Amino acid sequence: MNSTQLLQPMEQTESANKIPVEPILKVKNLKVHFPVKAGIMQRTTGYVKAVDDISFHVKRGETLGIVGESGCGKSTMGRSLIRLNEPTEGSIIFNGNDITAMSEKELRPLIRRKIQMVFQDPYASLNPRKSLGNTLNEPLRAHNLHGNQRERDERIKELLNVVGLHSSSMNHYPHEFSGGQRQRIGIARALVLNPDLIIADEAVSALDVSIQAQIINLLEDLQEQFDLTYIFISHDLSVVRHIADRVGVMYLGKLVELADKAELYVEPLHPYTKALLSAVPSIRSKGAQTRERIVLKGDIPSSINQPSGCVFHTRCPVRMEHCKVAIPTLKEVKPGHFVACHLYD
Amino acid sequence: MTLPNQVEFTNRPTLLEDHQLQPHDSIWRVMLRKYMSNKLAVIGAILLFIIIGSALFAPWLAPQDPSKQVLLDKLSPPGDKYILGADNLGRDTLSRLLYGARVSLLVGFASVAGSIFIGTVIGAVAGYYGGKLDAVLMRFVDAVISFPSLFLLITLVTIFEPSLMTLIAVFAIFGWTGTARLVRGEFLSLRSAEFVLAARTLGIRNSRIIFSHILSNAMGPIIVSATLGIGGVILAEAALSYLGLGIQPPIPSWGNMLQSAQNPQVMLGAWWYPLFPGFMILITVLAFNFVGDGLRDAFDPKIND
Ligand SMILES: Nc1ncnc2c1ncn2[C@@H]1O[C@H](COP(=O)(O)OP(=O)(O)OP(=O)(O)O)[C@@H](O)[C@H]1O
Ligand SMILES: [Mg+2]
Repeated sequence: MNSTQLLQPMEQTESANKIPVEPILKVKNLKVHFPVKAGIMQRTTGYVKAVDDISFHVKRGETLGIVGESGCGKSTMGRSLIRLNEPTEGSIIFNGNDITAMSEKELRPLIRRKIQMVFQDPYASLNPRKSLGNTLNEPLRAHNLHGNQRERDERIKELLNVVGLHSSSMNHYPHEFSGGQRQRIGIARALVLNPDLIIADEAVSALDVSIQAQIINLLEDLQEQFDLTYIFISHDLSVVRHIADRVGVMYLGKLVELADKAELYVEPLHPYTKALLSAVPSIRSKGAQTRERIVLKGDIPSSINQPSGCVFHTRCPVRMEHCKVAIPTLKEVKPGHFVACHLYD
Repeated sequence: MTLPNQVEFTNRPTLLEDHQLQPHDSIWRVMLRKYMSNKLAVIGAILLFIIIGSALFAPWLAPQDPSKQVLLDKLSPPGDKYILGADNLGRDTLSRLLYGARVSLLVGFASVAGSIFIGTVIGAVAGYYGGKLDAVLMRFVDAVISFPSLFLLITLVTIFEPSLMTLIAVFAIFGWTGTARLVRGEFLSLRSAEFVLAARTLGIRNSRIIFSHILSNAMGPIIVSATLGIGGVILAEAALSYLGLGIQPPIPSWGNMLQSAQNPQVMLGAWWYPLFPGFMILITVLAFNFVGDGLRDAFDPKIND
C-alpha cells in the first residue's frame, strides 16, 4: 500500500497538504519518565526517560512498525498509548478524543474496547487458571456485549475459527496449547471486543521462525478482514520490513526516523538507522548496491544519564560539533520522510 | 520481495497448526499427579487425615470421658484398662489425646484462617496499588514484626485469661505478617504480568483483576504458608501451655497435657505420660510440614512432571 500521500507532517499539520483521512491516532510530544528512587527516604534522584518527546500519527488501516534495540522504550511507548504506563507529558488523541488524562471510567467504553494489545510472551500473557472460553468470555461480560451466554459462546466460537483454532478447544487451559496456538488465543482475545487499533508488542519474537510466519500471515489476513490498524513493535527488522507500511526507528526514548518502509529500508537517512540496517546481512545485501557494514562504537548510554544534545552523538560516526549541544527535532526532509538529525538541517 | 531469515511468509491461507489436544487434562489433575509423586507429602496427608478424623470423631472413639478422674488409677502405665496409660489425676490418656486434638487443631485452623485473611488483604492492597500506600503498610508490617510479641502475648493472656478465643485472636493478630509479605510479593510481580496487563487493556475492573486474575494465581503460596502456619501455631500453643499460658485445664490440649507432665514427681518413671502428647505434637507438625512442601511443589508451575 502506498501511504505517502496520506502522511501528515508532524509540525505543519494545518499548513501542509490537505488531510484526506483523519489519523486514527495522534501522538504529540509524548514523554514517559520513570522516577529513579534511592536511599531509605526513597528520594527521586533522577529519571529514566523511557519515552522522550515522541510525536507521530497513525493512519487508519496502516501498519506502523516501530523498531529499535532492546531498552530503547518501544514497549513503554506502546503501553503508554493505552495508559498502561502513565504519560508524563504530551497528548494522545484517539479518533479525535484526547485520552491522555481520561479516568479509567472514561477510558472503558472507548479505548478499552477500541485499542487492544497482543503481547510478547505466549506463556505469560494468558492466565494459567482460566480456560480459553473464560478468557474470551470475560471481556464480553465486562462490557455487557451480547446479551446472553449463548450469544457470547457463538461469538467466541466464531472468533476461534477466525484465528484458526478449533471451537472445541474452549474448555482447555493455556498449558495444553503450543506457543503458536497460545499466540492465536492472544490474538483472539485482542479481537473479541472488535477493536480498531491493535498494538502488537514483539508479538512473534518468542516464536519459532516457521510459526512466526503463520502468525504474521494471520495478522495480515485479520487486518484485511476487520479493517484493523496495527502498531507493530519489534526489534526484528526483517519481520517489520515484511508487515509494516511505515516504519519508525527509536533510539534512547526518541523517534529518530520515520518513513515509508520502501524508502526507509533502501535509503535510510539517520546515521543510526543506517547502522542498524547494515547490521542485518540480508538487508545490507539487498539494496541497489551492497552497503558497508557500519559498526557503532561504544555502548548504548543509560537512559538515566542521557547525553546532551543529540542522544546519538556519543556513537555517531558523522558527529558534528553542535550535535553535542543542540537537540535535533523530527523534521520532514522529503515527503513523508521524517528524520531527527542535524545533517539535514 | 524476498525475505531474509529463510522465513517463508507466503504459505497462505493461514495454516491450521496441528493441534490435537490431549484428552482434557485439567490443572488439578496435573497438580494431583505432582503431589502424589512426593512420598512424604502423601504420608503427611494420610497422617493428617487420620488425626483430623479422630479429632472429629473423638466422642465416638474415646474409650472414656476425658475428664473422669479415678485417683486410684493415677499414673497407671499403658495396659488393658488404659491403652496409653493414665495421668496424675487418673484420667485416660487416649481419651484426653483425642479431645486434645480437637482443641489443638481448632486453635491451629482458626488462628491461621484469621492471620491468612488479614495478611492477604493487607498484602494484596500493598502489592497491587504500590506507591505510598505500599510503603505505609509495609512499615506497619515491620512494626508488628519488631514488636516483642511474646511479651505482649504473655501480657494479653494474663489480662484476658487464656481462653480459646484469646489465644486464637492473639495468634491471628501476630501471625499475619509473613502472609502479608508473601502476598504483597506475589501481587507486586503478578500485577505487571502480561495477562494482567491484558485484562486491564480489556477494561476488566480492578476488583475482578485482584480476585479472579491475581489472587487465583497466588493461591498456591498462600495455601502452602497456611499449611505450614497451622503446624507453627500448634507448636506455639504447646510452648505457651508449657509456660502455663495456653489452654487452661481441665480442657485438654496437647500442650497442657505435656505441661502437666513436667512435674518431676510425675515424670519419674511415668515415661508414657509426656511421651504421647509430645509424640502427637511432633507427628502433627511434621505432617503439616510435609503436606505444605507437597503443595508447594504441586502449585509450582516450573516443576514439571
Ligand atoms: N516501570 C518501570 N520503571 C522504571 N523503569 C522502567 C519501567 N519500565 C521500563 N523501564 C525502563 O525504560 C526503558 C525502556 O524500556 P522498554 O521495556 O520500554 O524498552 P524496549 O524497547 O521495549 O526493550 P525490549 O526490546 O527489551 O523489550 C528501559 O531502560 C527500562 O529499564
Ligand atoms: Mg519491549
